[in-house]
Amino acid sequence: MKNWGMGMGKGIAGLMALASATMLSGAAWASTVGQPTPGGIGLQEAASPLKHDAHFFHDWILMPIITVITLLVLGLLIWVMIRYNKRANPTPAKWSHNTTVEIIWTLGPVLILAFIAVFSFRLLYAYSDIPDPDVTVKVTGYQWNWGYEYPELGVSEYVSNLLPEDEARAQGVPYLLAADEPMVVPVGQVVRLTVTAADVIHAVALPAFGLKTDAVPGRINETWFRAERTGVYYGQCSELCGVNHAYMPLQINVVTQAEFEQWVASRGGSMTFLADQAAEAAAVEAAAAEAAAATAAAEAAAAEGEAAEVDAAATETATEPPAAAPAAQ
Amino acid sequence: MATAQTVQAGHDDHHDDHDHKPGFFTRWFMSTNHKDIGTLYLVFAIVAGLIGGALSGLIRWELAAPGLQVFTPDSMLAQLGLFDLADESRARHAYNVVVTGHALIMVFFVVMPATMGGFGNWFVPLMIGAPDMAFPRMNNISFWMLFFAFVLLVISLFVDGGPGRGFGGGWTIYPPLSTSGHTGPSMDLAIFSLHIAGASSILGAINFITTIFNMRAPGMTLHRMPLFAWGVLITAFLLLLSLPVLAGAITMLLTDRNFGTSFFNPAGGGDPVMFQHLFWFFGHPEVYIMILPGFGIISHIVSTFSRKPVFGYLAMAYAMIAIGFIGFVVWAHHMYTVGMNVNLRAYFVAATMIIAVPTGVKIFSWIATMWGGSIDFKTPMLWAIGFIFLFTLGGVTGVVLANAGIDYSLHDTYYVVAHFHYVLSLGAVFSIFAGFYYWFEKMFGVKYNEALGALHFWVMFVGVNLVFFPQHFLGLQGMPRRYVDYPEAFTLWNHVSSVGYVVTMVGVGIFLLVLLEAAIRRRPGEANPWGEGATTLEWTLPSPPPFHQFNTPPVIKPDDHH
Repeated sequence: MKNWGMGMGKGIAGLMALASATMLSGAAWASTVGQPTPGGIGLQEAASPLKHDAHFFHDWILMPIITVITLLVLGLLIWVMIRYNKRANPTPAKWSHNTTVEIIWTLGPVLILAFIAVFSFRLLYAYSDIPDPDVTVKVTGYQWNWGYEYPELGVSEYVSNLLPEDEARAQGVPYLLAADEPMVVPVGQVVRLTVTAADVIHAVALPAFGLKTDAVPGRINETWFRAERTGVYYGQCSELCGVNHAYMPLQINVVTQAEFEQWVASRGGSMTFLADQAAEAAAVEAAAAEAAAATAAAEAAAAEGEAAEVDAAATETATEPPAAAPAAQ
Repeated sequence: MATAQTVQAGHDDHHDDHDHKPGFFTRWFMSTNHKDIGTLYLVFAIVAGLIGGALSGLIRWELAAPGLQVFTPDSMLAQLGLFDLADESRARHAYNVVVTGHALIMVFFVVMPATMGGFGNWFVPLMIGAPDMAFPRMNNISFWMLFFAFVLLVISLFVDGGPGRGFGGGWTIYPPLSTSGHTGPSMDLAIFSLHIAGASSILGAINFITTIFNMRAPGMTLHRMPLFAWGVLITAFLLLLSLPVLAGAITMLLTDRNFGTSFFNPAGGGDPVMFQHLFWFFGHPEVYIMILPGFGIISHIVSTFSRKPVFGYLAMAYAMIAIGFIGFVVWAHHMYTVGMNVNLRAYFVAATMIIAVPTGVKIFSWIATMWGGSIDFKTPMLWAIGFIFLFTLGGVTGVVLANAGIDYSLHDTYYVVAHFHYVLSLGAVFSIFAGFYYWFEKMFGVKYNEALGALHFWVMFVGVNLVFFPQHFLGLQGMPRRYVDYPEAFTLWNHVSSVGYVVTMVGVGIFLLVLLEAAIRRRPGEANPWGEGATTLEWTLPSPPPFHQFNTPPVIKPDDHH
């Protein structure tokens, strides 16, 4: 207990120092988007249309309403405490019913809630109406890192770990938010995340985009965002997943289209991966058909010994293209 | 009423010698007296509350600054040897164990035993004019099952959980973290603990329902019954309907863990989200279980110290029924992010917001009760007024969270932590303290010190607000809950929160001082210290009440106030 007290004593002193430091750094960091602001008291700055809507809903609809209600209750409490304390009002009234006010305070809240619901449903459905995606990233939660895969661009899964403290400090990026291998997406494009997990439940969260979607083993959840500005955006795992729950951040680098294409290429993928694959598949199919036709012709025409040889050759032709495909990218 | 008379006649046979108390062991370990069992529950809740509060101290201590200070191999806590902090990973696991233990203890072993077990046992029979509970021996079993459930839970903290000692998967015990994620016996012990605590509560609920339906004094119709008894009755129904679902879910969890079933294992065709549905079908009514008796207590206190009858008595009773009923159909608002159908989410948004209506009726009715009254600011009234304001604050953030669209930004952040602590830690616990001071003299026959009680309130009021108000900011900024460490940007408000914890602990110290002072000074209590405002039946008896009361049931006249 003694040390605890001393610790807190130091803590209070630290708090004072911290408060002044925060005011200074707060000014310097004021424009920071994509990560929490020191001493911040509101929603993180928005960087996607959904989060802008969420800001409007929270800052202009919900906050004013709940503030007014709370102040109303506080005001009424203060009023009755002043006006109806035993000195101000020695003889209590005896009434205990008033149908009019009861109807008012039942219907009033109903109307307020209906008003909130209009905006609430609009936002809810905006989240679930996913536009046609330009980029799809498959996100898989592991204990305790994230796997990112771009199945439509041929970027196979890579693992994103927490950037260790010393490296984060050396690079001047926020420890516990920065990752060694970020997810990279193009600015202004609709990015669809398909989210799942391999072991226990995790949750993808990215406050600046207003995202939160559970990564559940055996399920694939979808969510989406459209980053409005290039930059680095941070989020953290948001479902208790065991020992290193606090140590598996999500970092999303939003880059220009050109940079994104470069990055995809550097990862062995291609912007035309799907089309290439379709072409490859068609070529393989054509080759196989050709080989089959040749085999049939040979079988019909040739003697037994020759037929076996042609067969082997045809098999070779058929298996070759897929094996060569990655090299062609 | 034939049943009630039969029960009572049978009861009187056993206890002809009126105020004869059994010996110490028989009285406290084999008790069948509702008041003694109520006292046992209260003592149990206070002890468990101190343990749960100490665990939250470890959390706030760790989070006072970024980086790892407490849950590391070389910390003071490690030297204490209570938790296994042998290496970094085990130490982080220990943090999760502490968070989980804090929640389970506070929910199942502090708030529920205090409101239902403690005040419910003590005052439901007194308020309805009954000599005891309907099943006195079952009442005893309920208490001791809870006691041993607590013992199992405490043992579970000290045996292997898998990643380290204890179970660290959160009080929501979501699989697969609670199955494949925690392979050790700790989780099995925790499941048994919940089974037994659940059985204890179900027995208690049966007892309350039977007592209230059959043993009310002649003339006390349900519509003349005091609101605290109403709160307990509705809570008992919630317990009876929700706990079997939890029992089923954790039994499936147990067989998944030990017998190769795969109810919640996708590899075997199961579904982890199914568990969440079952859990919250229990879990959401559970939060009303914790607060409804408190609603009743606050009504009595507000009415007593305003010297004015409860405003809108029937609306108050039916608002509680509405809250209890709607409480069963809103569970999936805890699960907006699991990937439910969007129309289903829309339904849960609407249903959840509707709860604000009966809750608003209660808040405004309490204020209307005070309106025109002659308010005496005694300690219980301070707690009650504090409760009304803080519960309002916690309630409106609940309305915010009800909206799925904004919940995507706030789910599983400190905003949620702030919200449920405002309604539980500052709501339910404030109502418990209010009730404790209100009935202190009645229960123990001695007076507490008014000045100390008021000081306790003010210190605690400042402390808990300092702890939990800044957590709204942290949540809005995106800090996830259940984090042992956080980015530096979250430092300021975490620090303020931890300072608030110290203030709160000073408040708890003052509370213990109140108990000590009252025990030493022993100022004899009056039958009714609160005067004409206290109209319920318990104030017609001496303080403390006789070992057995109402052997001849009192008769309630139609014009008696509630």
